[in-house]
Amino acid sequence: MTPVFYILAILTLAGGLAAVTLKNTVHCALALTVAFAGLALFFLQLDAQFAGFAQILIYIGAVAILVVFAILLTRSSEAEASGGILSRHWLAGLIIAAAVFAVLGWAILRGAQALPQESAVPAVTVHQIGTALMGRYVLPLEIVALLLTSALIGAVIVAMHEKESAK
Amino acid sequence: MNPLTGYLLVAALLFATGLAGALTRRNAILVLIGIELMLNAANLNLIAFWRYGPHPEALTGFLFAIFSIAVAAAEAAVGLGLVISIYRHLRTTDLDAMNRMKG
Amino acid sequence: MIERLDQIFILLRDWLVHFLPANWQAVVATVLNVVAIIAVFPTLFALVTVMERKGLGRMQNRFGPNRVGPYGLFQPVADGIKALTKEDVVPFRADTIVHFVAPLVLVVAVFMGFSVLPMGRNMVLADMDAGLLFFFAMGASTELSVFMAGWSSRNKYSLLGAMRAVAQMISYEVPLLMSGLAVVMISGSLTLSKIVEAQNRYTFGLPHWYVFTPWGFAGLVLFSIAAMAETNRSPFDLPEGESELVAGYFTEYSGFKFALFFLGEYVGMFSIAGMGATLFLGGWSAPLAILNWVPSWIWFFGKLMIAMCLFIWIRGTMPRLRQDQLMNFAWKFVIPMTLVNLFVAALWRFVGPGWARWVVCWAILIAFYVLMGQTILRRRGLGPRSYRYAE
Repeated sequence: MTPVFYILAILTLAGGLAAVTLKNTVHCALALTVAFAGLALFFLQLDAQFAGFAQILIYIGAVAILVVFAILLTRSSEAEASGGILSRHWLAGLIIAAAVFAVLGWAILRGAQALPQESAVPAVTVHQIGTALMGRYVLPLEIVALLLTSALIGAVIVAMHEKESAK
Repeated sequence: MNPLTGYLLVAALLFATGLAGALTRRNAILVLIGIELMLNAANLNLIAFWRYGPHPEALTGFLFAIFSIAVAAAEAAVGLGLVISIYRHLRTTDLDAMNRMKG
Repeated sequence: MIERLDQIFILLRDWLVHFLPANWQAVVATVLNVVAIIAVFPTLFALVTVMERKGLGRMQNRFGPNRVGPYGLFQPVADGIKALTKEDVVPFRADTIVHFVAPLVLVVAVFMGFSVLPMGRNMVLADMDAGLLFFFAMGASTELSVFMAGWSSRNKYSLLGAMRAVAQMISYEVPLLMSGLAVVMISGSLTLSKIVEAQNRYTFGLPHWYVFTPWGFAGLVLFSIAAMAETNRSPFDLPEGESELVAGYFTEYSGFKFALFFLGEYVGMFSIAGMGATLFLGGWSAPLAILNWVPSWIWFFGKLMIAMCLFIWIRGTMPRLRQDQLMNFAWKFVIPMTLVNLFVAALWRFVGPGWARWVVCWAILIAFYVLMGQTILRRRGLGPRSYRYAE
């Protein structure tokens, strides 16, 4: 377990923790960006270059900006809501999350011997990804294209100003 | 402890953090942030298993993760559009205040 | 001899490195490459700032700076001294950490983009397989720093400028990517050095640059429009227009941080111009086959400087676009044109060589351009001007 792995793990987990615990919503969004960057570096560490760059381009370049715009448009960064930052049943949520982590961690550590050990570095070229996308995975590709188009149209319709019911 | 276990533990911890955030915070946008963290943790899991599993040249886990990134982006867009639309109606993003079906 | 002049920087680096033991050589070589990039581009930035001020001045029928040094060429030194010695004022209610980190994120993201540009034969810092994707990923990261700068100042004008800038940058990111996508489609690779290799061929002495094809010419025009909008450069500089929003998202920055933003903006212009030259103008290849004796890096930087002159010329000539005009232009004109360009590039490839594809491709592009201009961007019939006087 290389030191790089530990540094990236600390960076990502700190970003994730900050993203859910900070009081100021914009700080949470920026911490989320740090978590995304840490994950992109993890992907690069795992020899998945295309996935790492796609993660930076899509998550940091688009999803983070979307979250930030939504925060600004809904004025969540301004006056503090009454009742604090935690919802009413926060303790139940925390216990559930801890239980989920316990189950996952137990499953991972239990099966640690059966998991594959070191394996050779796969040489993934963009050419292979392209051939796979157009060959074996062309159906998921087309479905994702339809999904993205419908999400685009749907998001525009949902967030559009309604002219009739404005007054 | 082999590297794969390390990656899986980090992914599980990130998932639990995202789940805790989605379940405990009051603001609707923070719930969506928690959901994005959970999706990212699942992506890390997929890529780690792709890298250390049999047949990485089949690119299955890799492409699964790429599609997951695309779908997560679409879902974030629609979710945030909904949050903005609800804010325009109810003037708040507080989830505890959205407890009535009557709009 | 010509090859040695062409590879002179590579040979210099290898000579400097061969004194070291074998396992240090790779690391030190990379460090030297990075130092070279960090030394060259800010120097070019200094040169371009004075070139811009004098160029704009001449276009506006005045001299530019001409006090400091011969013909004002030492003006960047004076600017640098001013920027470094000014007091760093941070507003009281500003978010100090985010305020501090924003220019750093911008400069880091912008400099990372240079690592995939082929600046000469064999002169790429990191020849990545998905190099183009990496470049655009770094470009997308700069938007976040713009937002951070505007929001952390707790200033309504800064925030407004930041939101406008981010909206503009995300709108024009789509045409930037899609006009580069036609090049990827035709050359079959995301690796920038392979894209340059594919353009480095000559028929009858004329090069195979992609700009000489219909889809390449339209692609270059669309790429440069999107590049000017991405770097918040006039005529798309509403977010930072001096007469509009004081200075937009970097209103509250002074001294060295402002110099970092300024540096980041210009260096971003260099990297996008370099990318445009690589994708459409053949990177480091010479315009005519007989000119191959000139070193390749001279051609690359020459094309970069010509692109800079073009940016400066357009800044001095065209009026600023209003925000809604800018966004309309992006979504209703540029993006459909890039989609048609992609289609035309595919047609180019599949019709096969010969004169037929030239005619068909040009016909489709011109027809679509005229159609778009007539219908979607039709000027609304404006009535007579009405004046409202204070009564």
